[in-house]
Amino acid sequence: MLRFLIRRFIWFVITVFTVMLVSFTLMRSVRGGPFDGERAIDPAIKANIEARYHLDWPIWRQFAHYVGPFNLDERRALFVTDDAGFHVVRTGPDVDAFGGVLAGDFGPSFKYKDFSVNDILAQSLPISILLGLMALMFALALGVSAGIASALRPGSLLDVSLRLAATAGIALPNFVIASFLIILFVFMIPLLPVAGWGSIRHMLLPSFCLGLVYAAYIARLTRTGMLEVLSHDYIRTAHAKGLAPRTVVMRHALKGGLLPVVSYLGPATAGILTGSLVIERIFFIPGTGSHFINSALNRDYTLAMGVTILYTVLVYALNTIVDIAYTLLDPRISLEDE
Amino acid sequence: MARHTETRWELGEASLVRLAAEAKQFKGESLGRDAWRRLRRSRPSFIALVFLAVFGLTSILVPLLPLPSPVALSLRTKAARPAWPWGAALVPETTPEPGTAATRRSANWWNDGWRHRSVAQVAGALDAADFAQRVAQELDVAVSYERRADAAYFAAPLDLADPERLERAVARVISEFPVIELPPGAPRTGLRLVEVRHENGYWELGRFDRALLSARADLFGLGQTGNWLGTDPQGRDLLARILWGSRTSILVALMAAATSLLIGVTYGALSGYLGGRIDNLMMRIVDVLYSLPFIFVVIFLITIVNEYRTELEDSYGIDREVIFFVVIGAIYWLTMARVVRGQVLALKNSEFIEAARVMGASTPRILFGHLVPNVLSIVIVYLTLTIPAVMLFEAFLSFLGLGIEPPKVSWGVLAKDGTEAITPIDTYWWLVVFPALAMGSTLLALNVLGDGLRDALDPKQRGKS
Repeated sequence: MLRFLIRRFIWFVITVFTVMLVSFTLMRSVRGGPFDGERAIDPAIKANIEARYHLDWPIWRQFAHYVGPFNLDERRALFVTDDAGFHVVRTGPDVDAFGGVLAGDFGPSFKYKDFSVNDILAQSLPISILLGLMALMFALALGVSAGIASALRPGSLLDVSLRLAATAGIALPNFVIASFLIILFVFMIPLLPVAGWGSIRHMLLPSFCLGLVYAAYIARLTRTGMLEVLSHDYIRTAHAKGLAPRTVVMRHALKGGLLPVVSYLGPATAGILTGSLVIERIFFIPGTGSHFINSALNRDYTLAMGVTILYTVLVYALNTIVDIAYTLLDPRISLEDE
Repeated sequence: MARHTETRWELGEASLVRLAAEAKQFKGESLGRDAWRRLRRSRPSFIALVFLAVFGLTSILVPLLPLPSPVALSLRTKAARPAWPWGAALVPETTPEPGTAATRRSANWWNDGWRHRSVAQVAGALDAADFAQRVAQELDVAVSYERRADAAYFAAPLDLADPERLERAVARVISEFPVIELPPGAPRTGLRLVEVRHENGYWELGRFDRALLSARADLFGLGQTGNWLGTDPQGRDLLARILWGSRTSILVALMAAATSLLIGVTYGALSGYLGGRIDNLMMRIVDVLYSLPFIFVVIFLITIVNEYRTELEDSYGIDREVIFFVVIGAIYWLTMARVVRGQVLALKNSEFIEAARVMGASTPRILFGHLVPNVLSIVIVYLTLTIPAVMLFEAFLSFLGLGIEPPKVSWGVLAKDGTEAITPIDTYWWLVVFPALAMGSTLLALNVLGDGLRDALDPKQRGKS
């Protein structure tokens, strides 16, 4: 287990470092920075801006400063929030010498002048994570129950219609489903608000749309897994012992039948996280996805890069957790095989 | 049969000839034929295949169909509802007077910019209907007209190859037109050609599409379907947009799938064949790439590449779609590489590879001449599953405004238009429903076909049933 974790961690470091290196080089080598506007900027102002964002440094130094953990700025300038909530620049030797991504600082946003990338992430990430968690819950609840229902009576009308719905759910992109549901539940039957964020009613539709595709996949996987498990001898034994059908399905079959679902949870969570880009845009949810798209469209490179790195870390961590969970559920699989 | 008592070892010449003839008649069943038989037997996959064939053919032949222009804007302020083909005819904004050169059918394109039209503006006192009739005779096509206070406008759908035809025809008619009798003393003002405008109902098309468009003109003349699926708020016909959009989406999907095929098969085959440390390293790289949140990385890359778009376009002729193919293809090769590697690992110690190696075949030759053809079946299966994934991704990016750009249409652009058309004031449901149906059914068919192909080509299933 420990060897597995160490190896994973080494690859993780390599991955994140590569992502940072490539995106940073691209970001800095790109012609036309975020400060180029319609009007030519006064050279003095431009020099000031470049000094503020360290754009006048050689690129390796900029990268080292960005990654951290050592703050390479001679003035040790740090953009911090003071007690009153204002963003101020603190300079001087007493300032913390650490900075950069390794110290958890993604730097200032290029477009939102008074915000650091950390501020924006701190505001938006909880929203995205809440949305993603709800979507995952929807997907699991819907998918697993539909899959079990299908597997218990294969070939029945219920099974066929559930499978058909699952196939349709996989084939349609989530923003199309979202449009349908908005027309249906907002305009035709006015039950839910169309967009925004705040109350539980705002969350229902987006998380449902986001989770639907994964519910379809999970239903498929559960059905296949359950069908396989239900044909095993130990299930027959359980039935023969006189256990209630409910107990057999829930306690004996489900554990084995859900294995494919567990291994799918990693990709599903990653998909939900990235899929929320579109859903957040449709429903005007101020999550990380919306900020990411805006930053990509506005050339706010630091924000875009910060989000990319953050999501790389999240997805990587999730995959590792899923792999560990997998061995806990199925003792036959060992992590050392990798 | 009883007559032949000779054993296997003492065959006469006649028997040999007979055996050879029999052997010729005995047909072995190739993998492809077997797969095809199985595919035909599975009804959903076969229906999906037929649907995709019909749909693919339609989308290739879209310029031949008498559809309104997918991009020409109309002056309408509201989206038109879907209209049944047998329902009331489309009422153009400027109805030409009956009995003139402008026919009922040509009225259709007056507003919709039927393929290419040239608009001539002629000033002076004139009988517009008569004038239009003469120009129509001159050009041998129907000409529609509109009289306004300042001048008369004549529009004719003309071939892109000769946009000056209307100008020449109008000039000739003007020279022949009887000089209008004016009251004595007034300045003799004759007819004057003010301006000729060439309007194009399409973006820049390739030679093949232009040929199809002219064939369409020969086939259907000015005939054009009404707005069977309605229009969007800019008055663009939805059916035309869906069909033209299918071309973009399918093209992007095919090209990206081809890119992914090229990279994935080469990478996977190489990794599997070389084995050992190199294989290990190459597969770890794939693992690392797998763990990236690709959409974020791709969007980041696309924004960066966008900065250089005009340069790329000017100096290398690379437009945004090509960037698209490459970027999307560069993501979707991962699964392909893994699958191909697995197959190659299983095959590389088999006898025919040994034989090839003994005969001194080079590594590339063994790879691409012997190994790759043998993994083609699984590659085809993954290709049919990659194409819908890529189409979804294209839709996803276009939806976010990072993909196909107007005036070109793709299904992602249509889906975007659809969601934007949902407003509390007016729900243009057809803008959501029809593109979704087109996209959903195509993706569904591709998925079903991919599943069917997998069953048909799976060696484990082979020989059963």
